[in-house]
Amino acid sequence: MAKYELPKLHYSYNALEPNIDAQTMEIHYTKHHGTYVTNLNKAIEGTNLEKLSLEETLRSVSQYPVAVRNNGGGHYNHSLFWEVMNPKEKGNPPGSFSDALNNTFGSLDDLIKKFSEAAMGRFGSGWAWLVLDNNGKLSIGSTPNQDNPLMDVSEFKGTPLLGLDVWEHAYYLKYQNRRAEYVANFWNVVNWNEVAKRYANARK
Amino acid sequence: MAITLPELPYSKDALEPHISAKTLEFHHDKHHNAYVVNTNKLIEGTELANADLAEIIKATVGKSDKVGIFNNAAQVWNHTFYWNCMKKNGGGKPTGQIAERIIKDFGSYEKFVEEFKNAGATQFGSGWAWLVLQDGKLQIMKTSNADTPIAHGVVPLLTVDVWEHAYYLDYQNRRPDYLSIFVDNLVNWDFVNSCLK
Repeated sequence: MAKYELPKLHYSYNALEPNIDAQTMEIHYTKHHGTYVTNLNKAIEGTNLEKLSLEETLRSVSQYPVAVRNNGGGHYNHSLFWEVMNPKEKGNPPGSFSDALNNTFGSLDDLIKKFSEAAMGRFGSGWAWLVLDNNGKLSIGSTPNQDNPLMDVSEFKGTPLLGLDVWEHAYYLKYQNRRAEYVANFWNVVNWNEVAKRYANARK
Repeated sequence: MAITLPELPYSKDALEPHISAKTLEFHHDKHHNAYVVNTNKLIEGTELANADLAEIIKATVGKSDKVGIFNNAAQVWNHTFYWNCMKKNGGGKPTGQIAERIIKDFGSYEKFVEEFKNAGATQFGSGWAWLVLQDGKLQIMKTSNADTPIAHGVVPLLTVDVWEHAYYLDYQNRRPDYLSIFVDNLVNWDFVNSCLK
């Protein structure tokens, strides 16, 4: 049996409408994410990576073939992306997590501004991130392609709390060249409870 | 001397059904145009303000403080070249000098097609696949994001854009289908031959 599986999506394809359309969700989840899972399983088959967790694999990804980096990153990043969005959780970061964000960035609006700049500044394909960095500080940055902040090859490092996919496949059917509009609408569907949970876990 | 957006060498619907008019409209009028506008903004008032596109690309390649200029200028150049690489009722086996060169350097047209499509399919993320002339020999090359052979002294002969915006409205995740269609139905071999001279 293959080690990695496409995780269950906890909402329907149309749940994030109108911010993210159902057709984009379906293709993105079944085709793009599905292909990363298939190719990751192929890349690790018969190697000792079958015994490592995905996080462990990514932390030492420089030692493995580039297919592990691209598909392992693709699987991790998309799995996180589906979880940090939720149509029902629209609102603000909860309690103590909100305090932490305000202490670091000034306000939620300042965080959104900085994160959006990271998303807009990523030329080509990639991801924007809010992470807890290795000094225990909240930090915003971006990575190219399917790299992520866990990877030893990444210039921007930390534990991912919130990620936004800025590959064109994430928004082109609905927004075409208007990445800025997609990034602005993302904030309508952020699942702040999930982000806060990841923050609490990262601090343990 | 500002950089200008060249007209498409054909009408927006000329490449239907292989590449839709809608794709060409966004790709040329929005993406290509944005690279032109951004390049002009970034070079204004600098020593590159009066340089031509190739000079801007060569002057900024590999310079960490000039990445923005390089990305936009190289994308202007790549897109203009890409438009010229396609035509209505194009594709299939080449004629003329390029046909002989392909057989000489790849063994067969089919082998060239296989290598060219493979380069396009395996360019992870955004980028371009190329047929180039390097050291007197035809070769296949792939470049990431905006990178371009002319920045590296390599002569481009043919390119296909594999940024998702080039094919997503028409093919979504099926990049290999787009690459096959490009080779079979779109390549302007007359233009490729003209680049050999």
